[in-house]
Amino acid sequence: MAAYSLTVNGKPLTVNVDDPNTPLLYILQENAQLNGPKFGCGLGQCGCCTVMIDGVPTKSCITAISDSAGHSILSIEGLGTAANPHPLQQAFISQQAMQCGYCISGPMLYGKAFIDKNPGATPDQIVNALGQTQLLCRCHAHSRMVNALSLYAQGKTQ
Amino acid sequence: MKLGNLFDTFKRSQMTPDAHVALKKLEKARSGASRRDFVKTAGGLVIGFSALGAASQADAQSPINVTGLVDASKVDSWVSIGSDGDVTIYSGKCEFGQGFSTVQVQLGAEELYVPLSQVKLVYCDTGYTPDQGTTSGSQSHIAEFGPSGLRSALATARQALLQLAAQWFDTTPDQLVIKDGVISVKSDATQSISYGELVKGARFNLAIDNNAPLKDPATYTVLGTSVPRMDIPAKALGTHTYVHNVRLPGMLHGRVVRPPFVGAKVMSVNQGSVASLPGKVQVVVVKDFVGVVADTQWHAIQAAGLLDVTWSSGATLPDQASLYTWMTQQPSADTMVVDTGDTEAVMASAAKTFSAQYVHPYQMHGSIAGSCAVADVRGGTGKTATAKIWSPTQGVYPQRDSVAVVLGIPPANVRVIYVEGSGCYGLNGNDSVSYDAALMSQAVGKPVRVVYSRRDEMAAGESYGQPYVVNFKAGVDKGGQLTVWQYDSWTATKGNRPNATTPGNIVSGALAGFVTPPLVPAAAKVPTTFSNNGNSQCSYITGQIAGAPPQGTGTVASQRVLTRTIASPFFTGPLRSPSRLQNTFANECFMDEIAVSLGQDPVQYRLRHLSDPRLIAVVNAAASAAAWVSRPSPNVSIIPNAKVRTGRGISCVLYEGNNGYSALVAEVSVDMTTGVVTCTRFVTAIESGPISNPNGMINQTEGGVMQAMSRCLKEQVKWNAKSGIITTSDWNSYPVYNWGERVPVLKTVLLNNLKVSQTGAGECSITLSASAIGNAIFDAIGVRIRQIPYTPATVLAAIQAASGK
Ligand code: FES
Ligand code: FES
Repeated sequence: MAAYSLTVNGKPLTVNVDDPNTPLLYILQENAQLNGPKFGCGLGQCGCCTVMIDGVPTKSCITAISDSAGHSILSIEGLGTAANPHPLQQAFISQQAMQCGYCISGPMLYGKAFIDKNPGATPDQIVNALGQTQLLCRCHAHSRMVNALSLYAQGKTQ
Repeated sequence: MKLGNLFDTFKRSQMTPDAHVALKKLEKARSGASRRDFVKTAGGLVIGFSALGAASQADAQSPINVTGLVDASKVDSWVSIGSDGDVTIYSGKCEFGQGFSTVQVQLGAEELYVPLSQVKLVYCDTGYTPDQGTTSGSQSHIAEFGPSGLRSALATARQALLQLAAQWFDTTPDQLVIKDGVISVKSDATQSISYGELVKGARFNLAIDNNAPLKDPATYTVLGTSVPRMDIPAKALGTHTYVHNVRLPGMLHGRVVRPPFVGAKVMSVNQGSVASLPGKVQVVVVKDFVGVVADTQWHAIQAAGLLDVTWSSGATLPDQASLYTWMTQQPSADTMVVDTGDTEAVMASAAKTFSAQYVHPYQMHGSIAGSCAVADVRGGTGKTATAKIWSPTQGVYPQRDSVAVVLGIPPANVRVIYVEGSGCYGLNGNDSVSYDAALMSQAVGKPVRVVYSRRDEMAAGESYGQPYVVNFKAGVDKGGQLTVWQYDSWTATKGNRPNATTPGNIVSGALAGFVTPPLVPAAAKVPTTFSNNGNSQCSYITGQIAGAPPQGTGTVASQRVLTRTIASPFFTGPLRSPSRLQNTFANECFMDEIAVSLGQDPVQYRLRHLSDPRLIAVVNAAASAAAWVSRPSPNVSIIPNAKVRTGRGISCVLYEGNNGYSALVAEVSVDMTTGVVTCTRFVTAIESGPISNPNGMINQTEGGVMQAMSRCLKEQVKWNAKSGIITTSDWNSYPVYNWGERVPVLKTVLLNNLKVSQTGAGECSITLSASAIGNAIFDAIGVRIRQIPYTPATVLAAIQAASGK
């Protein structure tokens, strides 16, 4: 057993696990009881499990707890709250930009990281940026998600 | 308490205050409490599992049978009004991202004249909600707006409320008006009473009255507007409770261990192989079902990977390369869908005839989540055992009845609570995984959550969409008018949705020892009733059954449509637009071929053979919104040696022969050097009767078109017949449309038809992409590709074959 400490959505979390290779995703689901990071493939192929680690979008299903210790983790529920949603979340809501919503952590967090570095990014640039890693939406709500991300890139929510 | 009866003897307006108090006591004594009082409402409007689920810790202790038998013929099974006047709706149609929960809340607000905020919705829980079968097949609008559905229940409730208020005010219902859940006397607004005061939490005790007056859709103020989906905020905030997020006290984590080859049986399981692993691993074996249970997901995953199981060799599989020929050689169960008996004669006298074969592969639902369920089975098996299953199944009642059989527990002791998973698009692994969780929980006596790995899901858990082979022959007269149409198809099935008698219809039930009903070969019979449920009949024939008026959408009088079903080596089940997508791909591409070879514009040629004004309307609407220019195909304006060529194609369908109408124009570009097809724009026109929620309908239409684009460009289940292994087991081996690829421009035209009944919309557009894209590819490259998927290799081979000629 080894103890690992990390920060999850601003709160400290210490976990004891026997295997340092335990993927961060399961720690976030079971120990931090988060709903935002989701299991899709466990293979780094879909993006459902995406979180920010120190501001960098990362697939938590293929990230070991031992590599996450000492770092700051942000999941989509750490972006905003019901009373005060993040502008990106507001844009997704205003554009009704999903069907089942299971995939949302991927486009939201990879999109946010790119747009925050590239304000005013165009829809094509955003789509291209999301294509730099493997991300899926099986409901195929891509078009609306691009609209939501583009609004965010323009500093708008609707 | 019968709301109406009480007031036959007492007119409240004539009562003394004392009598009033006495009556209240009487009411209290006689009334059953409203079912709503059982449901703790939380912030959100749609309760579903979200609010019940937030209380899932407590819910783990809640009873199996919450309300007694839910009788769908009774108003109380559908709607209750709390003492605060809030309306709670109970429905057997679930939310899985298609937006229907919001539409149901709109319907409640509309028919009962209450604000949206005053309507709560509980759906798909065998403890609370009526049995409405499955949520599938674009049937939800038809069920809820049709006779004996939610709308009729609400209308009956409104009628009862008005009668009650009329007695209260000593007047007649027509003298009353309802606004925001308050009934007042038209001539004297000071005389008013709220639903809450009127009903005081009592039950209606009324049967649904299908003659209760329904609100005219032309007067709708809430339906027909784009009320934002009520499930979206929590999903965007990351707080939404999916089934994956159900957490019960003492819950353990299970994983399945599937046969490596199709059809392999367990020879032996070496339990010692995982004995030294961390996580208090337990091994569960039920015939050929094998699972492991541990304290955490990671421990369960490792144990599943390391468990040493000896499997028998698998079943003999057909060679994939010759699948379609093999299909046509197997014993089959045949159905003559329509046959006017004259097709051979008419064909013989045709001025010109056409023939072609179209083929469609097995495809996956390929849900983005690993299917997941949580089960809490107590007391083992037998009469006193109980089970609660938190499941993303499309049918809570069929699952309750079949899980009961699997566990050997009376159905009355089983409660299935729907909790949303990721989009399922039909019978993915959601039902199988619910059996898995139940079997493992029963074995270990603790609540167990099971999630499928990608391979569990794709290569050993889900029920694939059916493959198809379709052979056509058609003939035209001298003027180019179609005179005869013959369709012959082969498809393959194994299993289907499970119910009480067929738990072996899905993978886990079969592994646990339940028989998968075998296909029984049978000769076709003469059809006696019209049905185009599978869309095997193209849109251009009359649908003529002897002795009945034609019920098809077209004008071609001589027709024969024969379908054959063979035994599939793989489990199959409904995949969004089952059979209809495959048939429409074939029908609409073949129709295009005929138009092309006659030098006719594909839109005009279709219109020449259509008779149904609603189908004609969507074809015209799509063509006009796409600025379709009438010309023959292929596109001669393109530069002959251009590296990239562009094309457009059209397709149309009346979904299931009696559901929603839609037409789609697809625009593509094709790289002549690589064979890569890129879709650049889709223009859809859709008409499903009165529109409930325009934004939601557009969302569904867009998603359908795009999902089918992925399916027809990329998706195909693959296997190795020698090794018996399904080789498409992750997103690299089963490629799909990815982020980063061009997102086509989407344009959707909604036709709001208030003169007809509500029908479905969710599976209309998805039915069309394969054919519209196929026709657009032909328009671009001048070569017809008659197989799905249109992969670069297939397209390039077709281009090269054509240019080599
Ligand atoms: S679950 Fe992590 S990438 Fe799919
Ligand atoms: S919205 Fe369902 S997978 Fe993206």
